[in-house]
Amino acid sequence: MTTKTIKVNYLARVEGEGGLRVVVRNGVVTKAELSIFEPPRFFEAFLRGRAFSEAPDITARICGICPVAYQMSAVHAMEDALGVRVTGALRALRRLLYCGEWIESHALHIYLLHAPDFLGYAGAVDMAREHRALVETGLGLKQAGNAILTLLGGREVHPINVRVGGFYRMPSRRELAPLAERLERAREAALATVRWAAGLDFPERRHDYHFVALRHAAEYPFNEGRIVSSRGLDLSPAEFEDSFEEDHVERSTALHAHLKADGSSYLVGPLARYSLNFDRLSPLAQAAAREAGLGATCANPFQSIVVRAVEVLYACDEALRIIAAYEEPDHPSIPLTPRAGIGHAATEAPRGLLYHRYRLTEDGAIAEARIVPPTSQNQASIEADLKNFVGGWLDLPEEELRHRCEQTVRNYDPCISCSTHFLRLELDRG
Amino acid sequence: MSVLVPKRIVIGIGNPERGDDAVGRSVLAQLRGSLPASIALAEENGEAGALLARLAGIEAAYLIDAAVSGVPPGTIHRLDVAASALPPAIAGFSTHGFGLAEAIELARALGRLPPCCVVYAIEAASFAPRAPLSPAVAAALPEVAARLRAEFADLTGEE
Repeated sequence: MTTKTIKVNYLARVEGEGGLRVVVRNGVVTKAELSIFEPPRFFEAFLRGRAFSEAPDITARICGICPVAYQMSAVHAMEDALGVRVTGALRALRRLLYCGEWIESHALHIYLLHAPDFLGYAGAVDMAREHRALVETGLGLKQAGNAILTLLGGREVHPINVRVGGFYRMPSRRELAPLAERLERAREAALATVRWAAGLDFPERRHDYHFVALRHAAEYPFNEGRIVSSRGLDLSPAEFEDSFEEDHVERSTALHAHLKADGSSYLVGPLARYSLNFDRLSPLAQAAAREAGLGATCANPFQSIVVRAVEVLYACDEALRIIAAYEEPDHPSIPLTPRAGIGHAATEAPRGLLYHRYRLTEDGAIAEARIVPPTSQNQASIEADLKNFVGGWLDLPEEELRHRCEQTVRNYDPCISCSTHFLRLELDRG
Repeated sequence: MSVLVPKRIVIGIGNPERGDDAVGRSVLAQLRGSLPASIALAEENGEAGALLARLAGIEAAYLIDAAVSGVPPGTIHRLDVAASALPPAIAGFSTHGFGLAEAIELARALGRLPPCCVVYAIEAASFAPRAPLSPAVAAALPEVAARLRAEFADLTGEE
């Protein structure tokens, strides 16, 4: 019997560290394990005893790439607990902020992490030497997203202008005008990105995923909606824990999420969002997706680069719509009265559904916090992809096999994948 | 309208919630008020794209980050990255997977690397969530700050 272990250890950016282990016995993949370090677990403990108003700032520190997502799930869950709803221009500005984060995060992933996989480079630096214009396009697009975060969030990294009930300060129409000019150029670049990504060479790999995403009556989802699935789930965010649960996994600090009913895996993120909400995309984004050869659903994880590009295009389009319709509200936030209660929220982080639940005491202190990040929800699907796909690649040279494994993980843009160009390979032939 | 862009910058890199990863920002805190106002101070979490944007149009950049290379915690590495790339031991073991090393090499590949670009990497002991700086790293802060002040004094002297 021959045993082959593909082991990849890596130290990731600070929001997550992890490793990947694939075990092959007699030509069959018997095990695929992704181990990750998951900071949200620590933050749940830090949040206890803090004031409800501190949750957006504290949770924004969990992930350096998607602070807005953590803030948004936190403020919506707190508002749910306090029995208030943010509407009108304040709600629209939150969508605008989320557009900024999607543009920034997806552009980074598309151009600096994913593109080298398809163009045959070890990483973005090697690619930049020969595809300078491509990298410049990606960086420019990413900066357009950052411009939104800077204007609305107060800071690009860990925005500080967001509060439970609204914002600390509202932008004027005049302040938004230069942003619109920039976003119009970004929208052009995003459209070009969809067309470019559509021409890449994708491995023909598909999986019968159970897609889970938010769905809203009229919008492509950011902050609000029912939690729906491709197999008929339709829940309010308050019912999330009735249908999904997380298990401890020995080998890592992470929890793996599964469906409670049968322990099966499910998928959150761009493919799920797109496949459950194609009809909610703007006409421009729908047309670009069609032109790129995508159907109304997409189950090839390698094509997630095209779906992300479509989402960037949508986010530019939606940001411009919000800016055009914006009327400065009288107050930057709504009044809040602390009370005891439980609040739930789910929003769509770039990587997928991000669930928060808080229990507050009468004075508004946090008695209990629960955070389920998209990466823990996708972990089982990533491992399933590795098990399903690696078997077909075992004849490849070592280096290429390792690269395909990395790429399979990178498709998901988990927090850990930020570092996958530092992956090291240990080969154990048994 | 012309916008005055500082030509010199000190960038403190890291996540302040992760033990010694806060060292870059902690050095910035020591420098505040003790450098000429024309020198910009910036905090970053280490993401390469954001770092790259910070380097645009800069003539002299000093980047401060935590590192793990196997030497005793608190050791100060000074690396002139305008002259040569970060050594692999530092690049490969930084906690910022897609971060500082990529930002510098991307800047070089794109012809955007500042003519003066220096990394101060302080050897870390721990990246435990919410932990304070470890004693050896905290003890290195005044020296790093002093050396940076001296760097800028030298630059000014050369003009």
